[in-house]
Amino acid sequence: MKAIVCVKQVPDTSGKVAVNPDGTLDRASMPVITNPDDRSAVEAALRLKDQYGCRVTLVTVGPAAAESMLRELMAMGADEAYLVSDRAFGGSDTFATSQIVAAAVHHIGIEPGDIVLCGRQAIDGDTAQVGPQIAEKLDLPQVTYAADIQVHGSAVTVRRMLEDGYMTIRVDTPCLITCVKELNTPRYMSVPGIMSCWDKPLTVLTHEDLKDEPLIEPDTIGLKGSPTNIAKSFTPPQKGEGVMLEGAGRETVEDLVSRLAAKHIL
Amino acid sequence: MDFQLSREQKMLRQMYREFAENEVKPLAATIDEEERFPWETVRKMGPLGLMGIYFPKEYGGGGADVLSYAMFVEELAKVCGTTSIIVSAHTSLCSAPIFEFGTEEQKRKYLPILLRGEKVGAFGLTEPSAGTDASGQQTTAVLKGDHYVLNGSKIFITNGGAAEIYIIMAMTDKSQGSRGISAFIVEKSFPGFSVGREEKKMGIRGSSTAELVMEDCIVPKENLLGREGQGFKIALHTLDGGRIGVAAQALGLGEGAINEAVQYTKERIQFGKRISQFQWTQFQLADMATKMQAAQYLVYAAACAKDQGQDYSQQAAMAKLFASEAASDVTRRAVQLFGGYGFTRDYPVERMMRDAKITEIYEGTSEAQRMVIARAMGVK
Repeated sequence: MKAIVCVKQVPDTSGKVAVNPDGTLDRASMPVITNPDDRSAVEAALRLKDQYGCRVTLVTVGPAAAESMLRELMAMGADEAYLVSDRAFGGSDTFATSQIVAAAVHHIGIEPGDIVLCGRQAIDGDTAQVGPQIAEKLDLPQVTYAADIQVHGSAVTVRRMLEDGYMTIRVDTPCLITCVKELNTPRYMSVPGIMSCWDKPLTVLTHEDLKDEPLIEPDTIGLKGSPTNIAKSFTPPQKGEGVMLEGAGRETVEDLVSRLAAKHIL
Repeated sequence: MDFQLSREQKMLRQMYREFAENEVKPLAATIDEEERFPWETVRKMGPLGLMGIYFPKEYGGGGADVLSYAMFVEELAKVCGTTSIIVSAHTSLCSAPIFEFGTEEQKRKYLPILLRGEKVGAFGLTEPSAGTDASGQQTTAVLKGDHYVLNGSKIFITNGGAAEIYIIMAMTDKSQGSRGISAFIVEKSFPGFSVGREEKKMGIRGSSTAELVMEDCIVPKENLLGREGQGFKIALHTLDGGRIGVAAQALGLGEGAINEAVQYTKERIQFGKRISQFQWTQFQLADMATKMQAAQYLVYAAACAKDQGQDYSQQAAMAKLFASEAASDVTRRAVQLFGGYGFTRDYPVERMMRDAKITEIYEGTSEAQRMVIARAMGVK
């Protein structure tokens, strides 16, 4: 059993968000962090490692600078990392990126018992498309929005966190699971982890290494091969905070009705 | 000296900051107010390797260096003086002498549990009549067959009530004066050992500062640390290392107070202006930052000297002397910049000012540091 975790280094959107004139993110001027949902996916993998002793392998597509993120995640306890990096992959949209990641995962090798973990979505694009697309490319069963993961032999029980409730699904391995940040609290890097993370194996995979992978279609990778065109980008309005009304009596119901009426919902 | 941090040290500092901000800072005011030892933090630090940063991994340590350890004490002290001294006393005063003077058997027995933070360590030298003049030890140790019998008491012992493993100095041959002092590894569970009164303190109030009492305390012969008569040398050497920890604590306290003062003065409006716009405020903060920067150079230089196996005694004394006096001055000035608010417990600077004072006193007073420095200069 091994856990392969797909991770992404993203601009930190919690601070100032810089946008280029064409509407794309000005990544160069923003500090970078590991995508929060991906950190939860790494933590989920590390818990499987603590429990079952499985190997934790990281995969990312990005520039050479993404090594710093991989080293940090190895300082948390991941065992090895693959950095997929090549100019030919630059500018890939989610469709192209998932092909590249799927090819890298295929290159690493998927065996029975293995689990591929992804974050639900990255805070830069917020598409939530890459995880499911990787599963489709690799022909793996997928479970999205995992808020709890339990392994039972060759199967996994996953509790999905949906907007209107929870759904529990049992799936056979190998499979792909996308994780929400509510799944866990990622651990800190440890002192011994930091001291040894630079000695752990980090393999750079280039276009040359992956070009013969059947999952890569040469004309659908990189900027040119990406079918997505950005027509417009904007910051969506924030959802208002929810209001909790205490009590199950008539008063609470009347309060609720008057609030809804005030908003012209009723 | 070049303080370009290695890639590991940069990562460590990042991790220290995250840990201090998320786990330590939220508790700082509460443990001070309640005079409560922060066990929950100690339990979190152990598994992360933070209770044994610079010791080899083979004994359960973090495998980093003394500078990395000093940086951790500094980062902790920026947000909580109490937590920083718990780590410093545990590391420098208990684990370090066992590592440096212990037999292989003693190291295998005690270091893993200390370095993983499973048990807290402390160091007992000070007695009611043996403070700066530590050679006047009244505690005695008499060899009887396969064990020593210790009698006496220690006071002002940092981590005293929380610790379970102690380095205790005791006189084995009074006729030899300071050369008759020996060091022992004493466990809390040894017969005849007890923890006495806990001090009520002005600062570092969450840390345990206690009296240790030994009444016919039975210590196995194999728990003698080093040789008989070597205790005073072990104590002085241990305090040299400890001074790096206290100097780093003082450094962090001063830096933490500056962080708070910069933030506050940029928000506080008086006479229609942010008080940071007044040149007096700017000059104050510039002086405070300059002092702490100088302190940082001294502290890091002493830590690097220890890492490189050089004689660091004088450097550590200079670092502690300068950093502790700078911290007292800078935290006092920070309270002044906050005005009346600074005097209340709604803001952390009054706590930092109270915490800073002890750094001029413990592990060698400022006067003792001047003695060490002058002696190293050959001034007699």
